[in-house]
Amino acid sequence: MQTVQTYKLQFFLLFLVLIVAFFVNLSMGSVSIPMKEIISVFTGNGASKETWHYILIDYRLPKAITAMLAGGGLAISGLLMQTLFRNPLAGPFVLGLSSGASLGVAILILGASAFGGFFGTILLSQWSLVIASALGSFLVLLAVLAVTFRIKDTMAILIIGLMFGSITTAVVSVLSYFSNAEQLQQYIFWSFGSLGNQSWQGVLILIICFMIGLALSVISSKSLNALLLGENYAKSMGLHIKRTTFIIILATSILAGSITAFVGPIAFIGLAVPHLVRQVYKTANHIILLPAVLLCGSLLMLICDTVAQLPFSEYTLPINAITSLIGAPVVIWLLVRKRKLFF
Amino acid sequence: MASEEKHIILQTHNLSVGYSKKGSDSIIAEKINLSIEKGELVGLVGANGIGKSTLLRTLTGMQNPLKGSIFLNGIDLNDYSSFQLAMQLSVVLTEAPASKNLSVLELISLGRQPYTNWIGALSKADKEAINFALEATETIDLARRKCFELSDGQMQRVAIARALAQDTPLIILDEPTTHLDLYHRAYVLKLLKNLAKKTGKTIFFSTHEIDLAIQLTDKMLVMAKNETYFDDPCKLIENGRFDALFPKETIDFDSKTGRFTIRK
Repeated sequence: MQTVQTYKLQFFLLFLVLIVAFFVNLSMGSVSIPMKEIISVFTGNGASKETWHYILIDYRLPKAITAMLAGGGLAISGLLMQTLFRNPLAGPFVLGLSSGASLGVAILILGASAFGGFFGTILLSQWSLVIASALGSFLVLLAVLAVTFRIKDTMAILIIGLMFGSITTAVVSVLSYFSNAEQLQQYIFWSFGSLGNQSWQGVLILIICFMIGLALSVISSKSLNALLLGENYAKSMGLHIKRTTFIIILATSILAGSITAFVGPIAFIGLAVPHLVRQVYKTANHIILLPAVLLCGSLLMLICDTVAQLPFSEYTLPINAITSLIGAPVVIWLLVRKRKLFF
Repeated sequence: MASEEKHIILQTHNLSVGYSKKGSDSIIAEKINLSIEKGELVGLVGANGIGKSTLLRTLTGMQNPLKGSIFLNGIDLNDYSSFQLAMQLSVVLTEAPASKNLSVLELISLGRQPYTNWIGALSKADKEAINFALEATETIDLARRKCFELSDGQMQRVAIARALAQDTPLIILDEPTTHLDLYHRAYVLKLLKNLAKKTGKTIFFSTHEIDLAIQLTDKMLVMAKNETYFDDPCKLIENGRFDALFPKETIDFDSKTGRFTIRK
């Protein structure tokens, strides 16, 4: 696709701001670490305090990387869904992925009490939460893909995805009704989302999933551009609609599914970032939009995480609340100014 | 003997179009025979609901024929892969592009998709084709505009430009003159006429502008209730083929002027 502009300056600035945000994010938290010390750790000279080194390498660095992967990945999935369904309201979770993850976690938390005692504690370790939500979103993904194979109409797929979401949400409601206060609290804490407490293995798995999802999205970018004209035009230019739909849904599922498994259902980023990007990048070309959305999503998530840390205090606010608290007013402001929402 | 052999682009034999549902066919139009040569401008006319769009959908491979066969450039339409077909046939549909956020340049350059590599990078030849399409449709001044800023007439020119950029021997347009004012209707039809003449592309379009089509086209396909006729516009008039197009008690065809008049 031929575009009017190349947006080199915008990419450069965005990248610069992202790097600054990354280091600010590392330095902030309940313990404030000076920038000089952070650079010293990264250049291999070590920090002047052993604890600072530990906090940086084993806590803050995985958290910052997770934040960037989560923000970028969700934003890309949002862009893919908006183009596939040609609907500006679509986001990474329209196909019910986050509800599937919630269901997995809800069943795990409720089920753990049934086993009780020692076995119950094992079930509730951090990894089991990850596995449960991954399984939940994977099952919903399989159901959606099975539907994609049978149904041609993308709008029908969208509605069926929403229905899957409703069903799983309903089951979660029933489960929560029968659970006690403690379990309920645990479930709700999971649904707040959390970027912290990631092990390096977890980050590695997330990076692998992210790379696969990203590669599938890049491969699809030409098809995504064709879909902007509508399915009939896309077909007339030789596009294989069913295969394209399948790849796009697979990419979204891998990205959004793995992210939800590790950090919980993060709202808003996936829906809003593509719209924010379109305000600056006045193009519909996915070859430009994809990296822009990736950078912008990572940046927004880093900022949200920095704010959620409540700098200089010991509290950490739920990340899921912060993304909406910061993001929603921005989108409202943009819409009031521009008065138009495109995809 | 026949030193100047005519190159037939699109041909149908006893084509029946319609929809098949669970084994039972509902035929909308049948026994359609046409043969369109290179560089011809051909109009398709008929009343609403007579099956014009169904025929066009069948000819463009979007739905299967019920009976008969379609030959595109001498090869059966069924033998084309969707990718090969995209290099033989481009379309202008009645639907607007799904994304209004596309700029005119982006939209037209999408027409090059069958030729570009996996990431859609444009070669020099691609850019030339795009520039040609922009010039031919007089849309250069619009290139930086977004689709939501265009009028219906401008949008139609851009849609035609995209089909031109696809650079296919055959272009099929579904009612390219709807929603346009008289000037733009004439403009679009004249543009099609010029394109057929200058580029040697075959252009097949459906329309309700019967009197304009009679004046401009090389051949016409008239879809009446039980029969379809394919011929020169003049011969169609001589044989009275337009008379049966609409109910006589409301509309009359004047064969001298080639116009329809309302019966008072």
